[in-house]
Amino acid sequence: MPQDHDRRQWSLASSPMEGGGQELSLGGRWCLDQDLPAADEVAAGLGGEVRCLRVTSSELADWDSGFVAFLTVLCRHCAARGISVDQEALPAGVRHLLTMAAAVPEQKVGRRGQGSENLLVRVGTAALSLAHGAPEMLRFLGEIVLALGRLVAGRAQFRMGDLWLEIEEVGPRALGIVSIISFLVGLILAYLGADQLRMVGAQIFIADLVAIGMVREIGALMTGIIIAGRTGAAFAAQLGTMQVNEEIDAFKTLGISPIDFLVLPRIVALILMVPLLTLYSSFVGMLAGLIISTTIFDIGVFEYYTETVRALELKHFLVGLSKGSVYGAMVAYAGCLRGMQCGRSAEAVGEAATSAVVTGILLITIMASLMTILYYQLGI
Amino acid sequence: MTEAPHIEVRDLSMAYGSFMVQHDLNFTVNKGDIFVIMGGNGCGKTTLMRALIGLQRPAVGTVFYDGEDFWQVAPEGQERLKRRLGIMFQGGALWSSLTLAENVALPLSEYTRLPAGRISEIVSYKLALVGLAGFEEFYPSELSGGMKKRASLARAMALDPDILVIDEPSSGLDPLTARRLDDLIVELRDSLGTTIVVITHELASILGIGNNSVFLDAETHTMIATGDPRIAVQSGDPRVRHFLTRGAA
Ligand SMILES: Nc1ncnc2c1ncn2[C@@H]1O[C@H](COP(=O)(O)OP(=O)(O)OP(=O)(O)O)[C@@H](O)[C@H]1O
Ligand SMILES: [Mg+2]
Repeated sequence: MPQDHDRRQWSLASSPMEGGGQELSLGGRWCLDQDLPAADEVAAGLGGEVRCLRVTSSELADWDSGFVAFLTVLCRHCAARGISVDQEALPAGVRHLLTMAAAVPEQKVGRRGQGSENLLVRVGTAALSLAHGAPEMLRFLGEIVLALGRLVAGRAQFRMGDLWLEIEEVGPRALGIVSIISFLVGLILAYLGADQLRMVGAQIFIADLVAIGMVREIGALMTGIIIAGRTGAAFAAQLGTMQVNEEIDAFKTLGISPIDFLVLPRIVALILMVPLLTLYSSFVGMLAGLIISTTIFDIGVFEYYTETVRALELKHFLVGLSKGSVYGAMVAYAGCLRGMQCGRSAEAVGEAATSAVVTGILLITIMASLMTILYYQLGI
Repeated sequence: MTEAPHIEVRDLSMAYGSFMVQHDLNFTVNKGDIFVIMGGNGCGKTTLMRALIGLQRPAVGTVFYDGEDFWQVAPEGQERLKRRLGIMFQGGALWSSLTLAENVALPLSEYTRLPAGRISEIVSYKLALVGLAGFEEFYPSELSGGMKKRASLARAMALDPDILVIDEPSSGLDPLTARRLDDLIVELRDSLGTTIVVITHELASILGIGNNSVFLDAETHTMIATGDPRIAVQSGDPRVRHFLTRGAA
């Protein structure tokens, strides 16, 4: 690798010495902002018969960590091949740094449980973790049920103040986003209905469509999904961070159940608040329907109102509220589960939050389908 | 208390997956000991502590508290044994949503029937012991690293535990505060008879207050010495002497 002897460039020359050795003279400027040669290639370039390498640097102008790193790797390769390296001719500072870098031998630990694995191994690991995931989810569910039992019996380590804080956080603070989304969904429903119903000249039934749609299904569904993104992720991130900081361990060692103390208030808050938000969402949606129908589609306010009242029955409200409760429980369960399963790093907290939202929405969708089928079969 | 609390570690091995952190540990901690767990960074001191306090099931072996096998007793028994321990974690592990006063008060309000007024007196006293008087209403995020450690010690002491387990109390503390903490540890032992298990690298603490110890080796992944560190530094295993003299011997 001949380089011109410009003092702003690195240079490297290799020449044989008498007695089977090789001399490597390094010169010029060896700094990190340059394109430095790769030490393993230089080491590989040494003939197989070389037993001793003498490194000199009489022409060296300037050096930094780039130079020392090059030599460290070179020495390691030489050591692996049984070549002794004579460093006597190097600057004293370089020699000291090399000695320090070699003082603690490389640990043969590797990255445990990591590294590149082939497809088969990865598929197997994923399948195993899925198989382990299900019992873990069930166990967590069981723990929550037991804790709810303790709460009802008044024996849970549960602080009312925490419940109020959570209620405030998940309820009133979510009103803004719930209002906007419910209004827009109500508006979409009204337009959608108006278009279809105009063909049969029954535009007044927009009121029925919006009222029953919002109260029975969409209010709860929209609220559930909003809460999954807003609160489920927050639960997972809060509990995950507490896991990282060993706060959860501190509870366990004190014999205070983290389920009672941290998970219960969150679950109870959502079970109580999501139905209320659902109700609110339904009213906002119906309000949007009213505004659109009266301003765009020439339906009278009173007409729309009486049609809505005629369409709605108590059972629709009960269906909507029950769905709200169940979705709230699902979101809280997913958020707390992922938070408590969180690993011990910032990355793991992010994963827990993401996974909480995904799991929450998945559970909501599953429950929505099951309950719709169930209520249909029951004729409610 | 009739029985002296002492901890006996028998054939203990701890692993993360297939990685054996430490194996075949055997040692005893007597009542009133200031027991030092020492060893280089990453040798498994914190892992040993987690096995001692019931946070991590050992791969093999067990821990006896007064002859009771911690990993064999029923969950209620484990809870009862755990309640005799006060723990200070390496990172503090203060509950971030509670103020310092609430952090220290929580164990008290869970496990005693004291009225609120008495609890807040005890909280102030414990915080004053660790030099944090006046910080009652601060949240953990408003404290410096060293202050968090001291607050965490105050919480660990809240219930006057029989056994206080402390992970690296003095790292991150200034020399005077570290010295005060050592004095406090000795005082707790002398006045309340607390047994103290302390993980530390601080030579001054190891030789100054420790009267019993175990030395974990990172290379062989097992213990290479147990007993009084002051004897170990004079006539113990060369590796222990090397460690305790900062490489001079
Ligand atoms: N959660 C974990 N998963 C896998 N390996 C771990 C985990 N925690 C620690 N280890 C490994 O176990 C070994 C012992 O770690 P430990 O935290 O017990 O060390 P330590 O002696 O307390 O060190 P320090 O003096 O730095 O606090 C280290 O090699 C570390 O890499
Ligand atoms: Mg540690």
